[in-house]
Amino acid sequence: MPRSLTQEFTKGLWDEIPPFRLVLGLCPVLAVTKTLENGIGMGVATTFVLVFSNILVSSLRKVIPSKVRIACFILVIATFVIVVELLSQAFTYELYLKLGIFIPLIVVNCIVLGRSEAFAYKFGVFRSLLDGLGIGIGFTLALAALGTLREVIGSGNLTIWGALKFTDLFGPAFQPFQFMIEAPGAFVCLGLMLCGMNLLGKK
Amino acid sequence: MREMIKMVVVLTVLSAFSGGLLAAIRNSTQEKIDYQKLKFVQGPAIREILDGSSNDPLVDRLEVNDNGVERRFFIGKFDGEANTVAFETFGKGFGGDLGVMIGINTKEDKILGVRVTTHTETPGVGARAKTDLDFVSQFNDQTLAESYKVKPDGGQVDALSGATVTSRGVSTALSDAGTIYRRLKPQIEEKLKSAK
Repeated sequence: MPRSLTQEFTKGLWDEIPPFRLVLGLCPVLAVTKTLENGIGMGVATTFVLVFSNILVSSLRKVIPSKVRIACFILVIATFVIVVELLSQAFTYELYLKLGIFIPLIVVNCIVLGRSEAFAYKFGVFRSLLDGLGIGIGFTLALAALGTLREVIGSGNLTIWGALKFTDLFGPAFQPFQFMIEAPGAFVCLGLMLCGMNLLGKK
Repeated sequence: MREMIKMVVVLTVLSAFSGGLLAAIRNSTQEKIDYQKLKFVQGPAIREILDGSSNDPLVDRLEVNDNGVERRFFIGKFDGEANTVAFETFGKGFGGDLGVMIGINTKEDKILGVRVTTHTETPGVGARAKTDLDFVSQFNDQTLAESYKVKPDGGQVDALSGATVTSRGVSTALSDAGTIYRRLKPQIEEKLKSAK
C-alpha cells in the first residue's frame, strides 16, 4: 500500500530513524557525537546532502541507465558533499574544524546512497524530497540525543552554540565520566539507546 | 550499442555539471575560506604569541620561497622594530596532523612563544597540548635548540602526561621549524629590513 506524503516524511522520525531502526550510518554516529553541537552540525550537513541528492537523483531517474546508476548516485552525492564542505568552511569554520574528516565521509554514508537507491530512483521528486528531509531530520535527532547524553555525562556541561551554556549540571563535585567522550563510550551509549528504543517499540 | 552511448553521455554530462557547480562554489567561497582559516586557526595563535606587538601581525606578513614552497611568516614589531616572525609547521600527532605556530625573535634566535593551531587529538588527553598553556610555555624565552625531543626519547621536552605521542608531534614540528628557520634566516632578515 502506498504511503501518504505525510507518512513519507514522518517515517524517518521514528519507524525508520536511521541509526536506531535501520542501524545504518554508524560511523559518524559513533565518531562525532562527543558533544551536542557536533551532533547537530553533522546531522544538518547530512540532511542537506540527503535532500539535494534525493531531489537530483529522482528528477534524473528516467535518464540514468540502470547499469551505471550507482556511479551516478555517488557522483551526485559526492558533489553535494563537497558543496557542504566548502560552505561549512566558509560560514561555520569552527564547526568544520570539529567535524573534520567526517564531512567528506558523508559520501560513503550508506544512508545517503541507500535513500538514492531504494527510494529516489523509484519515486517522484516531491516524495523523495520529503523522504530525504524526514530521514535527515531523524538522523539529526538521533545524533543530537546521543551527543547530549555523552556531553552531559562525559563533561558535566552542555553547550548549544555558545548561547545556552549549562555548566556543572551535577554540581561542582562531579567527576566527569571521561569514558563517555571516548569511542567505547559511544558504543555503550548507542547500545543502551537502541535497547531503550526496542523496549519502547515492543508490541 | 545505444545503451552504451547513453551511459557515456549521461555520466559525462553529469560529471561536467558537478564539476561546473563545484568550480563556481569554490570560486565564490575561496576568499571567505582563506579569511576564516586565518581568523580561526592561525589568528588566535599568532595574536597570543605576538601579544603586545605594535602592528597587526595578520596584516603584516611576508612570503619566502623555500625551494618551490611558499612559506608565510607573520611579522611582529616590538620596540618599533620588526624583529619577530611567527610561522606554522606540522608534526604527526596521535589523531593526525598537528599544526604548531612558533614565534622567533630574529635578533637573538629566541623563542617568543609556541601554540598548537590545528589538531585532531583526543579531547582531554592530547588536546591539552592546545589548551594547557603550561605545556607550550616551557619553550618561552629559550634559545632555539638544534632539535627537540621528548624526555622519554632522551630529549629536553616535558611531555604531557598520557599524551606522549602528541608531545612527540609537537617536538617534531618544532625541530622542523628550527631547520626551516635556520635555512631561510637570511631571506627573512632581508625582507624584514624592507618591511620597515
